[in-house]
Amino acid sequence: MAQTPLLDMQDIDIAFGGVAALKRARLTVAAGEVHALIGQNGAGKSTLIKILTGAYRKSAGTIRFDGREVDFRTPKEAREAGISTIYQEINLVPFRSVAENIFLGREPRRFGLIDWKIVQRRASELLESFGLRIDVRKPVRDYSTAIQQMVALARAVSSDAKMVIMDESTSSLDEREVELLFTVVRRLRDDGRAVIFVSHRLDELYALCDRVTVMRDGQTVAENTMQQMDKLKLVTTMLGRTLAAVVHEDSAVKEANLAKRGPVALAAQGLAAGAKVTDVSLDVHAGEAVGLAGLLGSGRTETMRLLFGADRPAKGTLDINGEPASFKSPKDAIARGVAYLTEDRKAEGIVPELSVRDNLTLVCLPALTKRGVVDVAKQREIVDGFIESLGIKLRSPDQPIRELSGGNQQKVLLARWLATHPRLLLLDEPTRGIDVGAKADVAKIVRELRDAGMAVLLSASELEELTAVADRAVVIRDGETVAQLDGAQMNEASIMDAIAYGAGAESTLAEAVEEAKHDR
Amino acid sequence: MKKNLPILIALAALLVLGVMRYEHFADAYNITSFWRYNSMFLLISIGMAFVIITGGIDLSVGAVAALASVVSALASPHGGLAAVLSGSLAGLAVGVLNGLVITHMRILPFIVTLATSLGAHGLALLLGHNDAVGISSDSNFAAFGQGDLFGLPIPGIVSALTAFAGWIALRSSRFGRHALAIGGSEEASRLMGLNVDRTLVMVYALSGLLAGIAGAILAAQFGAGQPNEGVGWELFAISAVVLGGTRLTGGDGSIAMTVAGVALLGLVFNLLNFENGLGFISLSAYWQSVIRGAFLLLVILLQARVLSGNNKVKVAH
Amino acid sequence: MIDDTQRAAPIVQASAKKKRGVAIQREVAVLLAMIVFNLIFTQHFVSLQTFNVNLTQVVTIVIVGIGMTLVVATGGIDLSVGASMAIAGALAPMLFMNIDGPLGIVLAFTLPIVAAALCGVFNGFLVTRLNVQPIVATLVLFIAGRGIAQVVTDGSLQAFTNPAFQWIALGKIAGVPFQILLMLVLVALFTWIVRKTLFGKFLLVTGGNEDAAYLSGIPTARVKMIAYTVCAALAGLAGLISISVNSSSDANVVGLGVELDAIAAVAVGGTALTGGKAYITGTLIGALIIQLLRYTLLAHGIPDAAALVLKAAIIIVAVYVQRKRG
Repeated sequence: MAQTPLLDMQDIDIAFGGVAALKRARLTVAAGEVHALIGQNGAGKSTLIKILTGAYRKSAGTIRFDGREVDFRTPKEAREAGISTIYQEINLVPFRSVAENIFLGREPRRFGLIDWKIVQRRASELLESFGLRIDVRKPVRDYSTAIQQMVALARAVSSDAKMVIMDESTSSLDEREVELLFTVVRRLRDDGRAVIFVSHRLDELYALCDRVTVMRDGQTVAENTMQQMDKLKLVTTMLGRTLAAVVHEDSAVKEANLAKRGPVALAAQGLAAGAKVTDVSLDVHAGEAVGLAGLLGSGRTETMRLLFGADRPAKGTLDINGEPASFKSPKDAIARGVAYLTEDRKAEGIVPELSVRDNLTLVCLPALTKRGVVDVAKQREIVDGFIESLGIKLRSPDQPIRELSGGNQQKVLLARWLATHPRLLLLDEPTRGIDVGAKADVAKIVRELRDAGMAVLLSASELEELTAVADRAVVIRDGETVAQLDGAQMNEASIMDAIAYGAGAESTLAEAVEEAKHDR
Repeated sequence: MKKNLPILIALAALLVLGVMRYEHFADAYNITSFWRYNSMFLLISIGMAFVIITGGIDLSVGAVAALASVVSALASPHGGLAAVLSGSLAGLAVGVLNGLVITHMRILPFIVTLATSLGAHGLALLLGHNDAVGISSDSNFAAFGQGDLFGLPIPGIVSALTAFAGWIALRSSRFGRHALAIGGSEEASRLMGLNVDRTLVMVYALSGLLAGIAGAILAAQFGAGQPNEGVGWELFAISAVVLGGTRLTGGDGSIAMTVAGVALLGLVFNLLNFENGLGFISLSAYWQSVIRGAFLLLVILLQARVLSGNNKVKVAH
Repeated sequence: MIDDTQRAAPIVQASAKKKRGVAIQREVAVLLAMIVFNLIFTQHFVSLQTFNVNLTQVVTIVIVGIGMTLVVATGGIDLSVGASMAIAGALAPMLFMNIDGPLGIVLAFTLPIVAAALCGVFNGFLVTRLNVQPIVATLVLFIAGRGIAQVVTDGSLQAFTNPAFQWIALGKIAGVPFQILLMLVLVALFTWIVRKTLFGKFLLVTGGNEDAAYLSGIPTARVKMIAYTVCAALAGLAGLISISVNSSSDANVVGLGVELDAIAAVAVGGTALTGGKAYITGTLIGALIIQLLRYTLLAHGIPDAAALVLKAAIIIVAVYVQRKRG
């Protein structure tokens, strides 16, 4: 039946800081359909969604929704048009009750006052139709993430959303919860609504979705029904290369690197803390670069904070350079030769108003101080040295660091840590949000450090970058290290598989990788 | 309910102490004059509660009350009603100004309200020519502050009704619930489509309005508008709200408990007066501020204990 | 995922030093404009007496303002400075009037400042150990501190004549009151500390990005504690000067309202109230601007109260302009 699609996005362009994020991207979704939107991290899925929901403005292209052309300028407009989004980070008000959150802003009233009885009754009924029977009067934060997702979905349903976008909603749910969620999604579909489902978990996509759109490097590279796309085809389309090519690239070089590595610099066993880190064990040797792979929210940053002493573990052991370590604060870790480049440079890295010089020497400053006074000459020497060796582009070392581009800021932060002559370098998303040239520079610097004997632990969402720099990979899933991959297994496809299913998954993908290995 | 226990116990303890130790403590006269005097503080504390619930603060309520007292005194020749209305409107105007500057110029509430407190004080001095402004003797304005209705002090009735309205608003009005949501998570509230700016302006407007009414009561009760009064009133209000268990970071709060906080702080003064009357010891009125400060400290310590219990993993920094 | 928050910033014409230079020039320009206005329109403006009177009014505010600048730089605020002044002002006469000779004078200078510093330690403890918001933490002493001073003196005025003690305020060197020189020396000292010492850098980083500071091994708790302690100690010193000027100590009045004046001076002087910057000389200029404003109005017959309204407007404008700039 030739029906106009509910949503039709064509030729969408957008760029950030001169770097194109989307190039003629497309997405077409029909009513009464569950549509999978997949691609690696950085492929452009989230950007496309943010344009649709009005968080970003596109620079080119057309969007048709529900029969008319639209260009939402604010999330409010998108919501009023009938598009609801469920994010991975739940956007509910934690202290307020489940019922209140479902109806917040649309509370039914009697004589001008909110009728709580109706609010609670309707909320209960709605959730029961999802198969969920909970006390809707309790605050949202008393419930698990899975339940919070359902509450967010209930809110979307109660507001008569025509289309619901679910962004990585299942990444922290177990099988039973996922099935529960799927029942709801199927009900939404049967009601004639459309659901866009973004996820890395391939098996779930096949169980739930009708059609799929694949994105890569900011472009839409495939649109098809789920049936006509088998798993292998899906993965290779996502990666853009044949599996054989992916498997063989660099694996010889990486194996050689591993053979050259030095003694153990970091050994963690059974680390756990809070809800985010449940069982992490890994080691890093001097002269090797280990990649830490996993989804957003899988616990990579929390793990690094534990290794750096920014948080304290509830369980587990940590050895640095062969000696046990029990850090009470980052100060202790720094004294033992550990360095940590944080994920979010704006929030935790740069001191925006301070000069590049001050930012760069921030950690090593005590060593440059004589009786409380800073030795300006020594400071200048170190700063000038790093500006040159790392190729930092700036006007003057005295300018505020916030005036530098993202890539150059990142280099200054890297220099900050290198100035302390660390033995173990923890890098959290070192190439996030910086231009291609700077990415290459940083990758090169890390490789050089590794060759010179530094132990490097590197966390990256973009698997391509991770595999470019690291010699082997440790995969984290829901706070637990589930796989260690090296040699022929050190490739994007295998890492993706391990992220979704853990080690030794008996999927067609693993078999295919084995075959490809023997093709040579 | 558990967190409300300390203040309720303290309140009960002070009441019992008062009844047992001082002969006239439980007299109708003491009760009504206590109620009459503390009505002003109850009004501004309710306004402050709403502001703090949204995660903000209003340091201008004292100066606004002073300004309103002068304005209403000046308007009193035109009758009691005119006086009350003009005082209230003056407060409302400053409140709206606060709200607009906070939401549109995006400056921190504490700075904005600090500035408006200076400005309101200055304005009050200017209007009063640096002096108290006597209220017109042939108007019925004085009755607003000193009179009774059905045997109950009028300011007391006004403040009790306001407390009741505030309690209902917080429980069951969109305005109140949205204020709670905004304090809980401004970002989530925006994403959920709430009109955050409008609610914030309303909250500060309410605080200003209540301060204005309090100022009118001040003028009516004491016979003159006083530009230099009101100093420290905002502290009283903040203390009362915090004592009532409302968190300064916002998102949660209780009008009923705020009322308890006002009662507690007021009782300290009241009991002190009685104690001095007994003549055994002479505790000067200066002890009042020390004791109030101590109560605030106690509550802060208790709240801090509760909070640190929730932050197990993160190392405090 | 591509992060759109890291756009390359447009190249700015002036370098960082020049940019701050421009900002200072702006403030100095305002100050000069007011001076010129007064030169033209106000009688008796050009006289040593006017100069001394204006600067003297400013001394206590600036000294407290220096401490406030440090605290604000860490992202906090100290509402209890007035109380610290009152406490110091209440203790000093009790010491030099009851202990004779040089010992009395020395104790009268040191112990009150120590007492004030302890108030700062109290504030610092609440802020760093119990994670109480600075405004609430310092509220406690704001309410209770003055009360303590009042209780100790029973609210009564202590009048005195003690040339040795009062020299700090009334003494002159080359015709310039000592307190002005003291103020200038303190401004210079703390400007140097902020710019050239390790502590100064730690201070700016703690306020500029506390998470980054923590993750860089900076002892943020200790830095804040020092800031609050120094702030209260400086307020104590200001309290001693204040009672010396008046030859009397009235716990009800010493330092009343100084916190607002200090915060205003800090804001107008360019230090961001959100933390991360500390322009000590800016605070001096800010205090001078506000004082000149009052003087100009007074000299032309406009009631002092109007200056309050103007002060309020200036604070708002100054903070707003800063946000736009930063």
